[in-house]
Amino acid sequence: MSTRLTFLSATRRRPTRIKGGIPLTVSQSVCCRATAGSGVTSQVCNTNLWTASSSPPAAGSGRATGMWMKTLRESPQRKGCLCSQGWSYAIDFPATYTKDKKWNSCVRRRRWLRYRRYKAMDTWAKIPSQQTTLPDPFSDISCGGWEISEEPRGRLSLWAVSLQGKVWFRDGIYHHNPEGSLWEEVFLPGEVIQISCGPGDLVWAVLWEGQLIVREGISRDCPKGSSWAVVESPSPDVGAIHVAVGINVVWAVTKDNKVWFRRGVNSHNPCGSGWIGMVGEMITINVGLNDQVWAINCEDRAVYFRQGVTSSELSGKTWKAITVPRDGDRSHSSASANSLQSAGCYFCGEVRAQSVVSDAESDTEKGSADGASCHATSTSPESFVDAPTDSSNPPTDPPKPRIPKVTSDSFISELVSDREPGKSSRDTGSAPPAVPEEESIPGEGEVKAPCAGSALSPSQSGGPLDPQWSNVDLEEAQQAQTVAVQDTADTCSLSSVATYTLAMEDPYGADEHPLWAWVSGGGCSVDSHSQLNWFNFSMNSSSLVSSVQSMSLSVSPAQTAAWRRQIFEQLSERTKREMDNFRHYEQAVEQSVWVKKGTMQWWRDWKPHKWIDVHFALEQFSGPDGNKDGILFIYYNYYEEKKYLHAFINEVTILVPVLNDSKHTFAIYTPERTKQRWPIRLAAATELEMHDWLALLSVSCCDSRGIHGPPSKQAIWSITCKGDIFISEPSPGLEAMPYPTPCDQMFWRQVGGHLRVVECNSVGIVWGIGYDHTAWVHTGGYGGGFFQGLASSTDNIYTQTDVKSVYIYENQRWNPVTGYTNRGLPTDRYMWSDASGLHECTKTNTKPPSPQWTWVSDWAIDYSVSGGTDREGWQFAADFPASYHGYKTMKDFVRRRRWARKCKLTTTGPWQEIPPIPLSDVTILPCTAQSSVDVIPVWAISNKGDVLCRLGVTALTPAGSSWLHVGTDQPFKSISIGAASQVWAIARDGSAFYRGSVSARSPAGDCWYHIPSPAKQKLKQVSVGRTSVYTVDENGNLWYRQGVTPSYPQGSSWEHISNNVRKVSVGPLDQVWIIADKVQGSHSLSCGTVCHRLGVQPVEPKGQSWDYGIGGGWDHITVRGNSVEPPRLRLPSLTDPSSRSPVPVRNTEVNGVGN
Amino acid sequence: MADDKDVLRDVWFGRIPTCFTLNQDEVTEREAEPYYLLLPRVSYLTLVTDKVKKHFLKVMRAEDVEEMWFEYEGTPLKWHYPIGVLFDLHASNNVLPWSITVHFKNFPDHDLLHCPSNSVIEAHFMSSIKEADALKHKSQVVNDMQKKDHKQLWMGLQNGETHTPPILKRRPQTTMSDRPFIQKLFRPVSPEGSAHSLGDLLKEMYPDAITNDGEQKRYQVVIHGIEPLLETPLQWLSEHLSHPDNFLHICVIPVPTD
Repeated sequence: MSTRLTFLSATRRRPTRIKGGIPLTVSQSVCCRATAGSGVTSQVCNTNLWTASSSPPAAGSGRATGMWMKTLRESPQRKGCLCSQGWSYAIDFPATYTKDKKWNSCVRRRRWLRYRRYKAMDTWAKIPSQQTTLPDPFSDISCGGWEISEEPRGRLSLWAVSLQGKVWFRDGIYHHNPEGSLWEEVFLPGEVIQISCGPGDLVWAVLWEGQLIVREGISRDCPKGSSWAVVESPSPDVGAIHVAVGINVVWAVTKDNKVWFRRGVNSHNPCGSGWIGMVGEMITINVGLNDQVWAINCEDRAVYFRQGVTSSELSGKTWKAITVPRDGDRSHSSASANSLQSAGCYFCGEVRAQSVVSDAESDTEKGSADGASCHATSTSPESFVDAPTDSSNPPTDPPKPRIPKVTSDSFISELVSDREPGKSSRDTGSAPPAVPEEESIPGEGEVKAPCAGSALSPSQSGGPLDPQWSNVDLEEAQQAQTVAVQDTADTCSLSSVATYTLAMEDPYGADEHPLWAWVSGGGCSVDSHSQLNWFNFSMNSSSLVSSVQSMSLSVSPAQTAAWRRQIFEQLSERTKREMDNFRHYEQAVEQSVWVKKGTMQWWRDWKPHKWIDVHFALEQFSGPDGNKDGILFIYYNYYEEKKYLHAFINEVTILVPVLNDSKHTFAIYTPERTKQRWPIRLAAATELEMHDWLALLSVSCCDSRGIHGPPSKQAIWSITCKGDIFISEPSPGLEAMPYPTPCDQMFWRQVGGHLRVVECNSVGIVWGIGYDHTAWVHTGGYGGGFFQGLASSTDNIYTQTDVKSVYIYENQRWNPVTGYTNRGLPTDRYMWSDASGLHECTKTNTKPPSPQWTWVSDWAIDYSVSGGTDREGWQFAADFPASYHGYKTMKDFVRRRRWARKCKLTTTGPWQEIPPIPLSDVTILPCTAQSSVDVIPVWAISNKGDVLCRLGVTALTPAGSSWLHVGTDQPFKSISIGAASQVWAIARDGSAFYRGSVSARSPAGDCWYHIPSPAKQKLKQVSVGRTSVYTVDENGNLWYRQGVTPSYPQGSSWEHISNNVRKVSVGPLDQVWIIADKVQGSHSLSCGTVCHRLGVQPVEPKGQSWDYGIGGGWDHITVRGNSVEPPRLRLPSLTDPSSRSPVPVRNTEVNGVGN
Repeated sequence: MADDKDVLRDVWFGRIPTCFTLNQDEVTEREAEPYYLLLPRVSYLTLVTDKVKKHFLKVMRAEDVEEMWFEYEGTPLKWHYPIGVLFDLHASNNVLPWSITVHFKNFPDHDLLHCPSNSVIEAHFMSSIKEADALKHKSQVVNDMQKKDHKQLWMGLQNGETHTPPILKRRPQTTMSDRPFIQKLFRPVSPEGSAHSLGDLLKEMYPDAITNDGEQKRYQVVIHGIEPLLETPLQWLSEHLSHPDNFLHICVIPVPTD
């Protein structure tokens, strides 16, 4: 398509080219009218008429006439700060730059700038107004008529309306004389307020009284036409206010903002035959080259494009908003990066990976924003001076335009330069985002061009020098200014003054958009069948929509009305006939539907990710068979378009409260979202509100799945890094071969309480250990915490407290003069930070992990850091980040120490304390399904590393009675007992031990057998199932113990199974479940993910591959309660079912988690 | 002018007042009262008649009950057609409420499919969607649709919900529900690019349905209980008057003679 674009805003007054080259003229100012024809742009600026002419340039072609060159021109503050060659110096990027090269100047920079100059023709030239006895400035212009005749080249009709309501026709416009030669007054039946001239012979105007007039008799020989015909306003009571014509169309807007389409307009019948009311309320409307229509909506003041306008359906189909995002979005993206970090704290590992990405993103964005503002300021030195004062001024006291006692031209240039800083530094929103950055440079320069050019223009000898005229101009301009000040609240769009208001008070930030006042698509040729990619933002992403849209219906509007009206009428008749008399009948499908609605914030799915306000609704209904189900809806706005997201309650797999120090957030997963590693993240306004919703949603999820009451003995327990406890009822097929239930379909529900470790077995004994190492036993209840009513058992719920430490790091760098100081290099991490150094964490700004926690101690130096510390708690290293050691060497230039502060949480849950010994690990004998064990062995490791054996634990007394101490040579850290009472433990030095002769009669066994760890690895955790022994080392490797037999239970060697493992749990069926370190989903990465080993069977205890379940902050899992043997499934075979043995194995690739 | 969305609402909200009476031949313990219901036009008979079944079972002995089926003026009603289509086809020119006879015996195996549970209807419904999709898009859409989208369609139907958005953007494709039953894909746009109208479709599929100049009107062309003008573009009809199963059911019925 041949396109040419002019984009005009009140403050810029210059043509800019948008990438993609759609010619469109948009203006923000009420005192500004522009019209674009083929190759000529004219506009009314402060009631003087300008024309910019050029040979029509190719779409988007920049007219660069310069070379890249170094600029020595700097902003005034920096003036003189440059040494030769334009270099400036500083210590490090980014920093303050000076012009002098100092000893500590390590970097230098200089700015490169590319100049671009428009050729002489591409400037605005002033067209003198008609000299009359009274000053009568123009208020509207319209140009067109280039299709009337080919010769002479460039011939145009230009119609202008003056403030007194007169209409003038510009004679003698052609290619070599684009400004024309003569104004001719056109006789009128009334006072005209607005006029529109199409590319052909259509000219319509609106009269002050609200009627419209149509120019008749326009022809090749008489482009001015001969007479006017009056057409009544579309609605008898409301007059027309605006009209726009194209080749064969006329659109009008009445004073009530209704839009009307004129039927039957063509060359032979310029008056048309009748009005058709259209959907939508607009304040102004404009028609482009091939009858495409643009409008500005009266409600949201956005620019709309009429979609589906074709030669056969000239009235089009629907209005579509054109999205013009602003710079404001940029500043918000960095804010959103911050909130992402806080949102993600809960998904700690996951977050860290994410935040790195988002940091990078926000950095680049900041960088580009900085770059943009640099360009803008550097090119308008005089305006830069104004910028700081402007921004410091409150909106009620805008800078007074300096009114010069000179001609109107210079006044305009003053005005322009006054407005420029506000615009360029803050509200580039008026410019489309697609403008290439370097184009803003010539743009700025060009602003001044019309003034300079016009002053030199010989064709305007009379006008500008006439004092009378300049007075009028000044008055007008001043009025505009004051009006702007007063009206900011209403319009918020009036040139520079209003932008201050927007910038300072902008309450909605990125959701606001510029409020447009005028649109002209005069030079815009849109092929009706082409896809317009500028709608992709706002349009439904479905490509099918556009395929429907591009299909043209060769039906004229009149006929359309006939068949459509017929359908509407018949449908309402049908309703009368079939329903109105039978309202008393019972409905066949009766639903008890109830809906709970609320508002929340949602972590939106598209970039830049950030919290946006949404409406949240849960619709629940009970079906005919009494089972309950529901759908939850999240209603949000996607670029002005209302959309929603939904999830079926019976597909929700888990509701996870998310750790966030400022918001009350939770995440909703479905199997799909688990695969994506991208849950629906929501934030409620208050903690109470969040707990209400969580309780409600949790009950509906359980209802829809028919899950009630306490957890079963087979339940799988898991804990998140937030300390929340989740249980999942294993489906019978969970361990089935060859097709187990996929992990991501497991449904998890929360029980109250706060734990770090939980262990269970299949007779229903469940022990937990808190962050403060307190031991807890499960009471058999459920609920507690925020659960109320039926979701919680009434007895069995007790108060539970937990205490944990929050750590921050103090970082210092060595300096030859002062030694270690808290002044690091500019590139160094924060001097007070978290462990990663990426986030600043000071003693004062560090908050407890969530609002549920309260501080119970002050900050204290933590000496118990791995790697050791010196007497003041410092650890040393050569540089950040590195491995730290507890003593200083010559090579150490940085040091850090850890500070800890304790916080406490109080909650309720089905847990009772087992005093008095604090524990660090516990294990319970996994019983097989029908085992007859009375007294259940429970082993534990105390906080100090002692191995303990609990006596008297039975199904009825799960807490047991007393501890039996088991002697060791060194402290231990992990322990596990297998189904055959085989006890394995890990010592603090990372080696493994096997306890001999443990039996019912000798519950504590007799001696430890030392088992070396895998080469160069320190083990940290062990889990023993029926026969399998698995360990995890400190580098995340999972090991399987080879050669374990009843006669030689210590086994022979370690076999590597997988890396990327944090924790392992082996169950009574020898099923293997782990917490994986990192798992990549389709949308995101999750750390701490529950995974299930597939292909584990008696002959193949090591399994084959991993299946990925819920993730994003999981710390612990135990499957030692699930002793339900899966049904032995035989695959149907056509040949001989009995010969199919062994059962075929699912052919999946053997791969490590996350590989 | 009303919005096109209102058409969708009318289509989804359409209800037919129906009177169910038990067949005379059924053995009952006491006389069965007729049962009045508003049936959703876009749903399926067996899906919305639980109440009817319960009502009549109250007066019957369990051993006399076999699979329930419906009949209107001697014609067994095929549950796998949308209720609205059945009504338009068989009873549109008769007095309301629609009087349906309920049977619990002598299931007409030759005429009707068995429908032991809702899952059968769901399966049928989904296969209709897939069939429509296969005809229209060579199965791209349904294959791309996630399970939950199917489910949403189905749940919406089951619950008589009306806000369920039509997930499949429909491209025209049409069936004719008359004897014999014609099911065919018909492109809404001619090779020359002009849009086909309902009249064009009938001309090709069922020329008898079109009343020529000077002729007595012999057939009514009914969609959702209304008779659209023959110049109505098929594209529009398909977008607005398709059933949830994605078929545009057009009923061609003889003009009543009396």
